[in-house]
Amino acid sequence: MKHIFKITSVLAAISAIWIGLLQTSLLPPNYTWLLPIYLVVALGCYGLFMVGIGLMFFPTCPQEAVLLQQDIVEAKEFLSKNGVDVASD
Amino acid sequence: MEERKDELQTKGKEKKIKYSIIVPTYNERLNIALIIYLIFKHLRDVEFEVIVVDDGSPDGTQDIVKQLQQVYGEDRILLRARPRKLGLGTAYYHGLKHATGDFVVIMDADLSHHPKYLPSFIRKQKETGANIVTGTRYVKNGGVHGWNLMRKLTSRGANVLAQTLLWPGVSDLTGSFRLYERSVLEDLVTSCVSKGYVFQMEMIVRATRKGYHVEEVPITFVDRVFGSSKLGGSEIVEYLKGLVYLLFTT
Ligand SMILES: Nc1nc2c(ncn2[C@@H]2O[C@H](COP(=O)(O)OP(=O)(O)OP(=O)(O)O)[C@@H](O)[C@H]2O)c(=O)[nH]1
Ligand SMILES: [Mg+2]
Repeated sequence: MKHIFKITSVLAAISAIWIGLLQTSLLPPNYTWLLPIYLVVALGCYGLFMVGIGLMFFPTCPQEAVLLQQDIVEAKEFLSKNGVDVASD
Repeated sequence: MEERKDELQTKGKEKKIKYSIIVPTYNERLNIALIIYLIFKHLRDVEFEVIVVDDGSPDGTQDIVKQLQQVYGEDRILLRARPRKLGLGTAYYHGLKHATGDFVVIMDADLSHHPKYLPSFIRKQKETGANIVTGTRYVKNGGVHGWNLMRKLTSRGANVLAQTLLWPGVSDLTGSFRLYERSVLEDLVTSCVSKGYVFQMEMIVRATRKGYHVEEVPITFVDRVFGSSKLGGSEIVEYLKGLVYLLFTT
């Protein structure tokens, strides 16, 4: 099944529940009418929240840059001894 | 006759697993030398070959590769050049055609992908029997160095969007440091058509959809020190287009 169908079916299920709620008026209708908007807003908030969290806890590795520099020095030494042209330009 | 056949079979079983490491290059004169040194340093007891796919780099990358062949042997470093810049996706395909290993590793030449992680890819594959092991930057012990806030923001945004829409089952979709079973890569490469970052995403999404076993290992990613970036321009638009494309085709 193409992925878009999965997403469409999730959306369809949600709409079905919503229509059900509208017809049975379990909740006050005014409130039910606004539910999709709440849903969209909630989804947006979730997205922003996840991006925010991702940014706050963005894994960084400054020590790796230092280690890499050491590796580069080591490699250049070996390679130039063995006749590989590694003079930076 | 029977005995001989048995002998051959057990011999076949004892045969060491071989890895082919495909490194596409375009103007990576210095980087390719450094990375090959580091690959040989970190893969001591492993049977492997390095396949350099160079797209006619004007900076003389191929001369350096030939010098490296003198040091490490022409059977260990294969230069499979193409006449001009034909793009990354087809570079993998080209390299793969010449690969003789049971597993294929794909990595960038620009030292963003450090060869010291190769043993952990291999170990993970052996432990889990995975078809694909992919390097991920966004977990504990992983990380990125050298990105500004904007780059981090787009990366996180792109990731959240893809996770929400595609449910890919891996945490780092656009990373390209990966180990594949050769037949799996052959299968994937022929079914993936995207370019650039989207290509990496398409490969891994199609892999999960096809039911391949994908495992992750943490890697760190240090932004390139030498040379310049080859992917540019309207990356965000391309990415969004790719996302929609994958929604409808996978
Ligand atoms: N053969 C071949 N290799 C390429 C081509 N374009 C890029 N490459 C190589 O593919 C790898 C990844 O390219 P990069 O330019 O580093 O792309 P990137 O990692 O997204 O960008 P950076 O942020 O600059 O590191 C490098 O090893 C390049 O040399 C191409 O058209 N042909
Ligand atoms: Mg790079």
